[in-house]
Amino acid sequence: MRLFLLAVGLTSAILTAAVNPASLPFHGQDKAALQRGANFFMNYCGGCHSLLYMRYNQLARSLDLTLSDGIVDTDLFFNNLVFTHAKSFEPIRVSMPFKDASRWFGAIPPDLTLSAKEKGAAWIMAYLKSFYRDSSRPFGSNNGLVPNVAMPNVLEPLIGHVIAIRGGSKNSTILQMRHVGKGEMTADELDHSLQDLVTFLVYVAEPARENRYFIGVFVILFLFVFLLLAWKIKEFYWQRLP
Amino acid sequence: MSSLLQWLDDRFPLVSTWKKHASEYYVPKNLNFFYYFGFLLLFVLCNQLITGLWLTMFYTPSADRAFDSVQYIMRDVNFGWLLRYLHSTGASLIFVASYIHLFKGLLYGSYQKPRELVWLLGTGLLVLLLIEAFFGYLLPWGQMSYWGAQVITSLFSVIPYIGEGLTSWIRGDYQVSNATLQRFFAFHVVGIPLLLLFFILLHLVSLRQVGSNNPEGIEIKKHLNKQGNPLDGLPFHPYYTSKDFVGLLVFLIVFFSIVFFAPEMGGCFLEVENLVAANPLVTPEHITPVWYTAPFYTMLRVIPDKLSGVITMSCAILILFFIPWLDQSPVRSMRYKGKFSIVALSLFSVSFILLGFLGTVRITPARLCVARICTAIYFAYFILMPIYSRFEKHKTVPDRILDK
Repeated sequence: MRLFLLAVGLTSAILTAAVNPASLPFHGQDKAALQRGANFFMNYCGGCHSLLYMRYNQLARSLDLTLSDGIVDTDLFFNNLVFTHAKSFEPIRVSMPFKDASRWFGAIPPDLTLSAKEKGAAWIMAYLKSFYRDSSRPFGSNNGLVPNVAMPNVLEPLIGHVIAIRGGSKNSTILQMRHVGKGEMTADELDHSLQDLVTFLVYVAEPARENRYFIGVFVILFLFVFLLLAWKIKEFYWQRLP
Repeated sequence: MSSLLQWLDDRFPLVSTWKKHASEYYVPKNLNFFYYFGFLLLFVLCNQLITGLWLTMFYTPSADRAFDSVQYIMRDVNFGWLLRYLHSTGASLIFVASYIHLFKGLLYGSYQKPRELVWLLGTGLLVLLLIEAFFGYLLPWGQMSYWGAQVITSLFSVIPYIGEGLTSWIRGDYQVSNATLQRFFAFHVVGIPLLLLFFILLHLVSLRQVGSNNPEGIEIKKHLNKQGNPLDGLPFHPYYTSKDFVGLLVFLIVFFSIVFFAPEMGGCFLEVENLVAANPLVTPEHITPVWYTAPFYTMLRVIPDKLSGVITMSCAILILFFIPWLDQSPVRSMRYKGKFSIVALSLFSVSFILLGFLGTVRITPARLCVARICTAIYFAYFILMPIYSRFEKHKTVPDRILDK
């Protein structure tokens, strides 16, 4: 009985530690959010950043862009999400040659397949919202979270004109980020879009996650039933002892 | 059925082996929680062998393909993610079980006469397991894999005169490279596992010869019944097979909870840095060891001189081999040993855990101080053992195992 309680205790401890909502705003089942996120990625990120470990057809299936017989809905998918001549089984590459990329940006834009696991969803949100105007940088923008980052502020048309108000010794610390010009999106709309994007990236980082949780529940339930049986067998033998 | 058995038994010692190792192998009747872990270790090892075999089918051991092939396993191979998580979780849990198994030996004096050889083989197995884990850790070819291997192989360079040459010989290059990956792969999947299996066989055979110790540290073979079986013993089968089966299921519940719900264990079992492919030109900000090697790594890094650090770290493991002769106590179990032994073992366990924690965090002056004290306690436990175990007052051990 003690062992049974131990198992219950340890399992629940692991479960609470694992499903920690603070770091992952993850809505794997929310296909609409996933579709919006994919759309956002392909329009704003996919020009420079690849998702090398993700295939187009796998993406289409997980976005539910399939016909009733489970085949990828090529019209819907290729017209909305694929802007290259890629075949459906190919991984999501960028068409920009690395040589040009490093000449234009000074760095090759990193692949983002595993970024949500590496940096965390909250970090990506914060990073994308930390850009501000800086005329001293080649692309006229800088980032508060990653100073002097090579990436330009691609979301500026959406976010609007942001400046950083500096202070401290030699004006080295950013005191405040201030909106001085309106973008196409309101602050609320932007948050929702970034949330969708991050949901998409979290999904891409581990497509098997939903399935993992789903199978896991049944495996654990089965093991608890089996444990009860094993306990009975053990009792059967040990009770015969004088 | 019985004629088939007879046919087999005429040609192979089937029944006698079964009797010797299971149905007529007498085990003390009072084995507790700590005694599940030997069996669990064997189980996790089987898990590692089977999942490892399948992973080998899809993994490509070359510097330019290794990282990609791991992602291929995680995404394109059917249930590849499950195979990999079973293997990575198993790797960590085999060390959890090993350390508990080893602690049991210290707690109940299982290394004392006549079980010295069982202990020596077991400690040998721990060393092999650490080597196996080290080789395997390079295979995902992530940043932490690469730089961990770089750091550990560089330890050989502190050996005077031959150090530099030896390091290049081990790596097969001037730095960790494709050549290193391929040889580590060979050792990880063929060389060390064969040695492990051979040592496990020796460990078990020598255990069957002397029999299990127990939490009371009482020799059950001293009191036999008319049939010549120990009065305080029970046949391994069916009593302990059925009991271990319950333990196995509890373990599996924990194991699968990790596999399905927290395979990365917050970066403890699978590190975040390893999500970036190995890059010889970029050193990660902090090179942290994986948790099960952290106590030994801490000893290495708190000693200012690299050579002394390496010697200390090696001694920390090697000293385990000498315990059977360091412990001069006439009683085995901590239940009957004196106060000094209890305090010493408690301090030792706490400092081992602290050393493990300190190996995974950034070092600050205060932590450095704690780590040095813990290292001192770690060694004092062994070095002072002949003194405190001999002169302390111990309780009298009863003749028989009493029922609760």
